[in-house]
Amino acid sequence: MAKAKRKNRRSMLYIPGNNPAMLQNGGVYGADCVLLDLEDAVALNQKDAARILVRNMLQNVDYYNCEVSVRVNHISTPFGLADLEEIVPLQPDAIRFPKTESIQELAELIRIIEEIEDKHNLPHDKMKIHAMIETAVGVQNVYQIAAYSKRVDAITIGGQDLTADMGIEKTKDNAGIDYARKQIIMAAKANGIDAIDTVFADVDDEEGLREETLYAKKIGFSGKAVINPRQIDIVNDAFMPTDEEIRKASKIYRGWVKAKAEGLGVFAIDGKMIDAPVFARAERVLEIANVDLNTL
Amino acid sequence: MKLIQSAQVGTFESSDIMILIDPADMGTGRDIELDSNVILQYGDDILQSIHKILDKYEIADVKMVATDKGALNHTIEARVEAALLRAMNIQKGTLL
Repeated sequence: MAKAKRKNRRSMLYIPGNNPAMLQNGGVYGADCVLLDLEDAVALNQKDAARILVRNMLQNVDYYNCEVSVRVNHISTPFGLADLEEIVPLQPDAIRFPKTESIQELAELIRIIEEIEDKHNLPHDKMKIHAMIETAVGVQNVYQIAAYSKRVDAITIGGQDLTADMGIEKTKDNAGIDYARKQIIMAAKANGIDAIDTVFADVDDEEGLREETLYAKKIGFSGKAVINPRQIDIVNDAFMPTDEEIRKASKIYRGWVKAKAEGLGVFAIDGKMIDAPVFARAERVLEIANVDLNTL
Repeated sequence: MKLIQSAQVGTFESSDIMILIDPADMGTGRDIELDSNVILQYGDDILQSIHKILDKYEIADVKMVATDKGALNHTIEARVEAALLRAMNIQKGTLL
């Protein structure tokens, strides 16, 4: 059976849940994922209106090839359960769960989701969960959270809330949350799922966004949340392999196929040893770059 | 379903519609005042969307002012539904 192609999650565009203009156009900007937000982007006295609006948008708007996720309110708030009751029956690609702190909380969330799915005769394995880590306790428990359920297929970090929880300022170099970012990446990698970086709040600082995104890529994030369509191209470009990387990966891929046919496990290209991990990395580079392997 | 209080949902932003509703005396029917900059092209469609939701909640008597800024049907329906739920005191909103 052919290996399932992993979906690119370079850019995840937050769209405020009570803004019809932005919700209806969310799919046209080129983001890999859209994130319809019922949580922080919606005023407390508009939660009800946003929930109904997002529900109708999910039913009627074509988001093209974007992965569609909905950030619901936490189940400990007066809005979380109502959000899940409206959104789960529509089975977006994922529910983004804010301020995840423990597997007990995650278990309760999954119990509620599955109860709603049972009521609507829906499967338990289609809609994924993206767990947001936004508190120090969440960071401490991130390994357990990432491993808890097959439904959790991405871990994301909420930098603004995390710095607030830590009682520190969110600086442009993200020094205060660097440890947390790396913890989250390791937890995600250990479980074979994606780690998604926090937003870059200064929409006008394009160079700063590019630098931060390249750093995020370097330390292992698969993608980054964005808050403005202007940020999408910069983030997508930063997460795309360079021409040089693609050329090198193509060479490795061709060499690997040839070596395999000859029964070799390890071989060399330009004097450098190529083994299974190097091949896996090259294959992922080609996958991200959307290169058809049959053409190599 | 019975409306028990006034309610407001929506904004005057582009692609949105502002819905203001008040309970009306029984037998007075649906009094809908619609203002839209595309009323000539889409006035009937907008009213149809409004009536669809009023029918769904079995609202026979209501006073409504709808100020449309080019909202799509599913936005109109969402705003009317949220306004009705607030007016029925099922959901809490801005005027509470």
